[in-house]
Amino acid sequence: MTKEEKDMPLYLDDDQSMLRDSAREFMKGEAPVAHFREFRDKDCKDGFSHGLWKQFAEMGFTGMLIREEDGGLGMGNVEAGVVLEEIGRNLTPSPFLTTSVAGVAALNEAGKDMRDRWFPGIVAGDTVLALAIDEGAKHRPADIAMTAERAGNGFRLNGKKQFVVQGASADMIIVAARTAGSAGEKDGLTLFAVEKDASGMTADSARLVDSAMAAHVAFDNVEVTADAVIGEVDQGWAVLEKMLGAGRTGAASETIGVGSGAMDMTIDYLKQRKQFGQLIGEFQALQHRAAHLYSEIEIARSAVLKAQQLLDEGDAGAPLMVSVAKAKAGRATNLAVREGVQMHGGIGMTDEYDIGLYMKRDRALSEFFGDANYHTNLVAEMNGY
Amino acid sequence: MSDLDSFRAETRDWLEANCPAEMREPVRDERDVFWGGRNTEFRNDAQKQWFEACAAKGYTVPEWPKVYGGAGLSPAEGKVLREEMARIKARPPLSSFGIWMLGPALLKFGTEEQKRHYLNDIAKGKIRWCQGYSEPGSGSDLVSLQTYGEDKGDHWVVNGSKIWTSYADKADWIFCLVRTDKTDKYRGISFLLFDMASEGVSTKPILLISGNSPFCETFFDDVKVPKEQIVGDLNRGWDVAKYLLGHEREMISGGGLGDGSLSLGSKLVTALGKDAMGRMDEPILRAQAAEFDVDAIAYKAMSERFVDEMKAGKNHPATPNMMKYAGTELNKRRHELVMAGGGSDALEWESEASDGGAKARGWLRTKGNSIEGGTSEVMLNVISKRILELPGA
Repeated sequence: MTKEEKDMPLYLDDDQSMLRDSAREFMKGEAPVAHFREFRDKDCKDGFSHGLWKQFAEMGFTGMLIREEDGGLGMGNVEAGVVLEEIGRNLTPSPFLTTSVAGVAALNEAGKDMRDRWFPGIVAGDTVLALAIDEGAKHRPADIAMTAERAGNGFRLNGKKQFVVQGASADMIIVAARTAGSAGEKDGLTLFAVEKDASGMTADSARLVDSAMAAHVAFDNVEVTADAVIGEVDQGWAVLEKMLGAGRTGAASETIGVGSGAMDMTIDYLKQRKQFGQLIGEFQALQHRAAHLYSEIEIARSAVLKAQQLLDEGDAGAPLMVSVAKAKAGRATNLAVREGVQMHGGIGMTDEYDIGLYMKRDRALSEFFGDANYHTNLVAEMNGY
Repeated sequence: MSDLDSFRAETRDWLEANCPAEMREPVRDERDVFWGGRNTEFRNDAQKQWFEACAAKGYTVPEWPKVYGGAGLSPAEGKVLREEMARIKARPPLSSFGIWMLGPALLKFGTEEQKRHYLNDIAKGKIRWCQGYSEPGSGSDLVSLQTYGEDKGDHWVVNGSKIWTSYADKADWIFCLVRTDKTDKYRGISFLLFDMASEGVSTKPILLISGNSPFCETFFDDVKVPKEQIVGDLNRGWDVAKYLLGHEREMISGGGLGDGSLSLGSKLVTALGKDAMGRMDEPILRAQAAEFDVDAIAYKAMSERFVDEMKAGKNHPATPNMMKYAGTELNKRRHELVMAGGGSDALEWESEASDGGAKARGWLRTKGNSIEGGTSEVMLNVISKRILELPGA
């Protein structure tokens, strides 16, 4: 970390703004809400378009967080967040968050052989990763109980994971399992790269409320070699924290994109819809709620950017800010989609109108990498109460 | 080493040498805040030493030009200085409406002569200013103000009254909105500066629900104001007033930041104790404090972004209204939780143990945050109209 970075102002610099402009144009042009609808209505089992994923590669998005010496662009969480906000705004279905943000953050901690094994395919937009962390309905990474016993030269994995987004279409799943200790302990966790055809692994995919595909993945004596370990055996918590840090701020950025999209759509509607002979945006009852919402979204956006800057600087204060960002983005966006549906009135309840799709996406994103309650509790714990 | 790195190193050394240990302790009460002025007194030597060191260095107003009493720091250097002062928890050397409100308006609208004269006096803490805006009949609808300045050739004769004048009884000079044309509501107001010791000026403190009297009613009875004491053009004082209000709202929004150190929850837990799990032994309050801390830390990031964007000219000009709204609502919530955490101890109004009812009085004082300088409702109107561009707002 250099001092110049530490003195970075809390707004996007010129390069980041240019990236935002090109990501905005790209998502709006190539993957707007209409793209999402088309996909949903085709009942696609992957939950995303492989063609679009190749386009992500052409745009240089897929390898953003991969270091330059590994064939990537060596960018940071701020840049990933810029792209994710546009993804959120357009409800673009893609494996970007799991593969290029959280997955890459974990693999950046892996040895050279493993990086060489996976990074070229990710950069090229051919490879998709999924993450197997949660074991219950809520995100509780410290409580991971799934086991990985030593067996010969490698490990034997047993247990169940859920909410493995795009788990059935992934080429590789990053699996957090326990090589020592018991649930509740941070020591003794190990991260594994498990390939899709691994014998004994079954992925049972289910469509979620937001039309994403997420799998329940069962591991029944799945054997992996020692080469499958990401980082060090029993020291997986450190790698998991890197993965979760990137995933949480990334999800927070996508959430802010969802909230901003919903808010903008709603404010436009207030300027068009007439009732009682006037635009409903003239009613102070709605104006004040819209203004309050705007304030909440802007505060949340600032928190997310701050968290990403701290992560990129390797600042010791990053984990606290990451949790603040995920919690605040979740609360603000939840307000945006609730107000959005309410202020749209009857048509807000129809499938034809997009606002409801934002509500569904917010609901799913809020559970991804821990919801606002989970992170608010972490904020209390990190502050010693 | 970059220029900023060496500036940071120099700043650290300078603070180490010049900021006494007592000035790094949290502010206990009003007497720990130094406001300057003709009749001021230092509470102790440390306060005096710290103020004088900063005034000599230009650090009471670090980013103002040197000719006006500042240190001429760049925005990036200013940020480094703020960070380094925050790091050692240094108290502000001088608190002043001159610095927060009048100064920025003079820098934008003042003549060169006015800037040299008034800004230097502000920077050196010589003159304590108060603000004459609200009137008994003009609160949220400020532009309806009636205090009138009659043109007498080389001076005006001002008659009328102001209300909610902060510390008018302790101030040396006032910056005051005065109607100079009764035919035009907006373009009939001028921004005048005058001495509170002028003949015809009187003040009367207002007792608040907190039991304190930080505000006054201020009366003008044939007060003579020389013509050169106008800021900006005749009848165009509303432009100056609006610009200054932006800075006032920004200042009040700072309350949302609290003292910038510990989280609220970690303060409450020291009094409330912990359960076997190490959690605050009051589960619902713990959750409320944690929700508050999330919002307060996020607001702090917003505040940092606001300052950075403002220095780079990237802000929407109405952003201070949003900061004021969010910051004051947050501060009110903080004090509600402080009272809940304090229980019956926090109800004591006069005892020594309660520091003269500091918690209760502080709590009651914050209720004014979302009223003074423009109510929350006015702020939401401004956001609706100027940022969201909603119709007919």
